[in-house]
Amino acid sequence: MLASLPGIPLKPLAGAVPAWRAELDAQAWRAAAASAATAGARLGALWSSDERDRGGGFRVYALLVCYEGLACLELKMPAHQASFPDLSDIFPCAGRMQRAAYDLVGTRAINGAGQPADPRGWLRHTAWPEDVFPLRRDVARDASWTSGEDRYAFVTVDGDGVHEIPVGPVHAGTIEPGHFRFSVVGERVLRLEERLGYKHKGVEKRFEQMKLDEAIRMAGRISGDSSVGYAWAYAMALESMAGARPSERALLLRALLLERERIANHLGDLGYLGNDGGLAFGLAQFSRLKENVLRLNAKLFGHRFQMDCVVPGGVCVDLEPAGIASLHDEAVQLELEIQRLRAIYDDHAGLQDRFVACGKLSAETAASLGVVGLAARASGLAIDARVYPACAPYDRLEPRMCTRRHGDVAARVNVRFEELLESLRIERRILDGLPPGAGRVPVPPVEAGALGLGWVEGWRGEIFVALESGAGGSVRRCHPHDPSWQNWPALEHAILGNIVPDFPLINKSFNLSYAGQDL
Amino acid sequence: MHKLLRQIAKVGIKTEAPPPPDDALRTVRGRLNDEVLRLIGRALAIRHVDAGSCNGCELEIHALNNPYYNIEGLGIRFVASPRHADMLLVTGPVSRNMEAALLRTYDAVPEPKLVLAIGDCGCTGGIFGEGYASRGRVANVIPVDVAVPGCPPAPAAVMQGILTAVQRARR
Repeated sequence: MLASLPGIPLKPLAGAVPAWRAELDAQAWRAAAASAATAGARLGALWSSDERDRGGGFRVYALLVCYEGLACLELKMPAHQASFPDLSDIFPCAGRMQRAAYDLVGTRAINGAGQPADPRGWLRHTAWPEDVFPLRRDVARDASWTSGEDRYAFVTVDGDGVHEIPVGPVHAGTIEPGHFRFSVVGERVLRLEERLGYKHKGVEKRFEQMKLDEAIRMAGRISGDSSVGYAWAYAMALESMAGARPSERALLLRALLLERERIANHLGDLGYLGNDGGLAFGLAQFSRLKENVLRLNAKLFGHRFQMDCVVPGGVCVDLEPAGIASLHDEAVQLELEIQRLRAIYDDHAGLQDRFVACGKLSAETAASLGVVGLAARASGLAIDARVYPACAPYDRLEPRMCTRRHGDVAARVNVRFEELLESLRIERRILDGLPPGAGRVPVPPVEAGALGLGWVEGWRGEIFVALESGAGGSVRRCHPHDPSWQNWPALEHAILGNIVPDFPLINKSFNLSYAGQDL
Repeated sequence: MHKLLRQIAKVGIKTEAPPPPDDALRTVRGRLNDEVLRLIGRALAIRHVDAGSCNGCELEIHALNNPYYNIEGLGIRFVASPRHADMLLVTGPVSRNMEAALLRTYDAVPEPKLVLAIGDCGCTGGIFGEGYASRGRVANVIPVDVAVPGCPPAPAAVMQGILTAVQRARR
């Protein structure tokens, strides 16, 4: 039993992550979520699965992040009544996840009045018919339909002088596709409504055509900028089910790869933030530094973005003394350059004028929306899976959480600067204490029906992977969860009252993944 | 200001020589005549469309603008509207939710136009393949002139694809 969930019969799940699961009826499921929320728990992820082939109707999973760890609350629904109690009044971030669960599996969230919580589709635009739910097991793997006409009910804002600016899905830069609907008066934004799902390409269905050990390649391509984070979370889930524990050396190398992913992305973002603030010099400098990091990755690990380096049971890369020396040299040089560029950013009045008080996200709003990752830390919330629960090897690396209070663009810039320096410190610590050991341990076969969870603090925020095994070493169900699910709605709040031309800057300061949430 | 200028002077010029064109990347030949390609290639305007990628290819396209590749130094720039573009750079398998947007973007590019499919997904559908939500490779939706494989292709490979499309030899 957990203090956050009194009276709930939770069963511990084996593995690297402190996690429990419980199967509840509809009333208890909602009540447990409500009491956990009161005790400070957040909603990590929510997804559904089709269990009719096992005689179980449907199932919805709510993954709660409690102080003690993860609590996976499961609710069985009969096949003829695929509905579950709405959680979006308790956890606002549940709204889009519930809509996605309906689009894919046909399980509907029903509110207190007995109505669908939000009947609009989220991931389904018109690529498949309304009465087809592609993640149901009786939908053929190669089934396809012709797209229909797309009519999405945006919320309209009325009033004297209010007009709408529709943007996307194809944006004016090298960015992922999504649609933003601004309601503005003059330049000031009254409301922003996002519409995502353009990149939905059926990742979860594709997982179900794969073997457990090969699907890690797919995990590494859910959001290419977070390849290591996803691959590690997937490996963690698989190793948990199989009872495999990678060597100390492999875990430290994974942390090294993850920190390098953070460093590369933060460097890129700081460059673009400078550029969007009108300082092209910043982009030239930081993109050069990022390129140096990527080139060293290619040299040492065989891939610029370290894709496919994390494998089930460990890693498929290793470091020789010469490689360790070059990483040390890089860290020294990089730290010096970052400090120098930070001083330039800090002293630049024009840039600071754009950064400070722009795109503010208060701690209260961030907490109520369940915001995670660097955006949460920049709004004063102490959330970092590297610090807590600090799954191995982070328990021995003593990472320091970097936080700011103001929740504006400047805060998100500063958190990035500090996390860069902290990642370099962690990297050096790993390089100094890398013990000998096997890069990869064998992962024993897994019985069908096992559940494994992975939880990794990627550069953007926490990544979850929930994995269920099928017969013969296949994937029965895999739900990867991107931190962008929680953080996209926060962007709608951060832009309020700002002017339209500041949107690119505010958007970049969050830099959320479309691919990761569209799946 | 002096810190900024000192940093610029200290770093110096990092730009490297661009890769030579590679005709093996071409999927069709002779669609546009050489004279047209030569003219387009002198000041090429590119519109990027992400049709459903994992966003890995985007990272490498971003890198084209860093000081090492400095693609703008070759007179090649990314533009904000397809109506200003000579070339579409398309990444990802084409998700069905992006199909209409990709077709409209393609139609908005004035003739003569070129299309580059970037990355394994753009070339073949890649790991995502075809399915209820994915149309697979870019050529399943719009005609492709040059296809650059890789997951993701390195910036030099993307640049090589672009230079190949406009038959531009190294200067």
